[in-house]
Amino acid sequence: MRYLPHTEEDIAEMLRVTGASSLDDLFSSIPEACRRKTDLALPGPVTEWELNGIMAALAQSMAVAPLYKVFLGAGSYEHHIPASVSYLLGRSEFSTSYTPYQPEISQGTLQAIFEYQTFVAYLLGMDVANASLYDGASALAEALLMAARVSRLKKVAVSSLIHPLYRRVIRTYLEPAGFEIIELPYSADGRTDLSKLESTEGLGAVAIQSPNFFGCIENLSAVGNLTRDTQTLFITSFTEPLAYGLYKSPGSQGADISCGEGQSFGIPQSYGGPTLGMLACLKQYVRSMPGRLVGMTEDRDGKRGFVLTLATREQHIRREKATSNICTNSGLCAVTAAMYMASLGGSGIRELARLNYDKSEYLKKELKKAGFKIPFAASTFNEFVVEFSAGFEAVYQRLLDRKVVPGLPLAPYYPQLPDHYLLCVTETKTKKDMDALVSQLKCWCKTDS
Amino acid sequence: MKEFAGATGLVLNEPLLFEKGKKGRSGISLPRRDVEFSELDETLTGNGPNFPDLSEVEVVRHYTRLSTWNFGVDTGMYPLGSCTMKYNPKTNEKQAALPGFAGAHPLLPAGLSQGALKVMFELERLLAEITGMDAVSLQPAAGAHGEFAGMLVFHAYHKSKGSRRSKIIVPDTAHGTNPASAALCGYSPVNVKSNERGVLSADSIAAVMDDETAGIMVTNPNTLGFFEENIREISEIVHAKGGLVYADGANMNAVLGIVSMGELGIDVLHLNLHKTFSTPHGGGGPGAGPICVRKHLEPFLPVPRILENNAGYYLSYDFPSSIGKLHAFYGNSGIVIRAYSYILSLGPELKKVSQLAVLNANYIKEKLKDTLHLAYDRPCMHECVFSDKLQAPLRITTLDMVKRLIDYGFHPPTIYFPLVVHGAIMIEPTETECKEDLDLFVEAFKEVVREAGEDPERLYNAPWRPKVRRLDETGAARNPRLTY
Repeated sequence: MRYLPHTEEDIAEMLRVTGASSLDDLFSSIPEACRRKTDLALPGPVTEWELNGIMAALAQSMAVAPLYKVFLGAGSYEHHIPASVSYLLGRSEFSTSYTPYQPEISQGTLQAIFEYQTFVAYLLGMDVANASLYDGASALAEALLMAARVSRLKKVAVSSLIHPLYRRVIRTYLEPAGFEIIELPYSADGRTDLSKLESTEGLGAVAIQSPNFFGCIENLSAVGNLTRDTQTLFITSFTEPLAYGLYKSPGSQGADISCGEGQSFGIPQSYGGPTLGMLACLKQYVRSMPGRLVGMTEDRDGKRGFVLTLATREQHIRREKATSNICTNSGLCAVTAAMYMASLGGSGIRELARLNYDKSEYLKKELKKAGFKIPFAASTFNEFVVEFSAGFEAVYQRLLDRKVVPGLPLAPYYPQLPDHYLLCVTETKTKKDMDALVSQLKCWCKTDS
Repeated sequence: MKEFAGATGLVLNEPLLFEKGKKGRSGISLPRRDVEFSELDETLTGNGPNFPDLSEVEVVRHYTRLSTWNFGVDTGMYPLGSCTMKYNPKTNEKQAALPGFAGAHPLLPAGLSQGALKVMFELERLLAEITGMDAVSLQPAAGAHGEFAGMLVFHAYHKSKGSRRSKIIVPDTAHGTNPASAALCGYSPVNVKSNERGVLSADSIAAVMDDETAGIMVTNPNTLGFFEENIREISEIVHAKGGLVYADGANMNAVLGIVSMGELGIDVLHLNLHKTFSTPHGGGGPGAGPICVRKHLEPFLPVPRILENNAGYYLSYDFPSSIGKLHAFYGNSGIVIRAYSYILSLGPELKKVSQLAVLNANYIKEKLKDTLHLAYDRPCMHECVFSDKLQAPLRITTLDMVKRLIDYGFHPPTIYFPLVVHGAIMIEPTETECKEDLDLFVEAFKEVVREAGEDPERLYNAPWRPKVRRLDETGAARNPRLTY
């Protein structure tokens, strides 16, 4: 086996040094009753050539671009990833190292994460960002736990337009800890109905996603105005951070904590993971933050360098009183996101965000023109809801057979919205792709026009 | 004398990205604009972030230079105890990067994602076979996430029995994340000391286990590198009081094919795919921390579960007793593909992995035990723990020694952990290091200890060779500068 360097001679000589008579004898400290009775019943070993064949066959069964036109968003976005980003993140000095506990020989990771923290803080209009969490859902759960530590209140309000799967994760995290979760309904225009917020007392936090699950841009400043100078912390969540290349940042609208999913920034969709949990906040809450932080400092010669810092918040020091149990996070995904943001630049992110907006507006307009209903009137970014006529399921199946995935059915998540689909258009879809979709829909659906 | 890897190499300076670039440059080829500009609600729009504009060459050089300031497993031996820094096979990276896997949307209909579902389904079965447990969930994204999932299973189990317990037993040889994971479920940790052999005695557990205690979190093999030999008795004591046994399987690399965790009375176990199953650590993630349970706890596993019927594999949320969801989708599927590739490549030879990992650790233990103080002089599993006791008269600490080790071309071991050993030096070589490199490591450590006697200043001021010297961590914490 090519990963195991020991020759028979090596083994014999090393056993002699250890005093063990055989490899099995090395395990003499394990009582007989604790030993495994049977051999491992595993397939293989396979050769690398065989592995290539097995994995290629499995990968081939997956519906992906360019063969498929996938109009799915809902928390995972198909964006163009520059070859340079994939190439750089393959530098094994980044990928085969661990958490930078020894800063003198980890400056590459440390500076890259410091730059990532800076990018995220700039993007979200916040003071500080951490070095990453697992994903957008767990980032939101951690943000709610963090807000409760600051406000000392375990009652939180959460918009019903936060990603439904994120809301399930929140419940998993918060319910055993005794939280009360209030859900805010949505209005006819596809944004969160804030009326309940004004009448609820003793809220530790309110969480709103923008763009929300329907793709609509929320009125974040209205929430910011409500929570300003109160004990309630305002958390904004997101699944599509590229929107902040075009829309106002959470920080500029009164957010205390902003968190979400960073997959859009150069990270492959990978069937949902690994991705990147982003979390940023105002300076006054930094000591309540979960996760690792990298700080700038100097070495003995006065040279600039970077270290993990404020570790006294963390599990290995504070034990059960830590701000989170997180240790391994999404370091390499954070570095990837930084590489991507660096490649885009300030000019690029504005241009790309605008391109996403314009392309999705194009499809929206064409669908409207063809007589399909766009039920929610609020502005959107790169995804939006379409209401098809009853029985659309059959058309959906026919489109799948034609290698088009025409969005996500909303009924499993919002039973009151049958025949509603969430469609996403990023820069990867061409006018031709969209025209083809609309003409097939026109052909197979009865519409009002 | 042998030649050590440590040398002064070609290390170039590189500023921060925010000190580079010029407005108007671009490092990306944006897809073509083939649609008109649409009207925009100007009350919602902002100015966008103030990122520097850089060309592709600038970005590539930036990160290439940064990468050369990093030490990884591909650079050299990385004997970080309890982290299992083994070689990360390149073929695993290739498989995970196949466009069918890397480009797959997680909400594709099941009929269009059979490949990924099959890998997940089969890896669950393979891990069940390896651990001797009955059912597996791949959803937790890291070890601590797996611990949390395990504690949620404890919580849900006791709730199903109509009770709510408040305490959890955590020994002093457990992993650092354990108490924080338990606290998330409202459990307060009860600390139990290991005995003079570095393991838990059944009596010490019997003394604290009561019907207010949800169970025990035991790291096995533990962080001293010893197998918890009384685990079966301990399990019986905990079960007799209605509790559950959680095993932190971070050190599973020692016992593949040797021990069947399911036969030891363990109810829940987590694995670290980024340790035992060779996926890269990524400078701090992403990893994956699947949990494995016995049959009676299967109903509590996170949803969705992967099931199989005539039409193939599919995801099901129909498990009413489930603890719920821990991750937006199904966990780190890209890591799962790497681990699956690794297990297929090794097959039953996984047992050899553990045998050689344990051989390497015992070899280092024997070779260094006259140089460094061995905390417990007995055969170890995958790692051995020394301390700086012998160097104390010279006023040389563990930190001084390992910083000097860097100059010889090695990544330091885990230091000052576990807390039960004062000044701990915890060495886990893993099975992928060859004898020659182990010998060099031993020799380097001996050189460092010799220098400690002859010229302590050389150690106090080490390391000398990397790009930066020892950094001011106190200043960094006192006056945090977290963004540019």
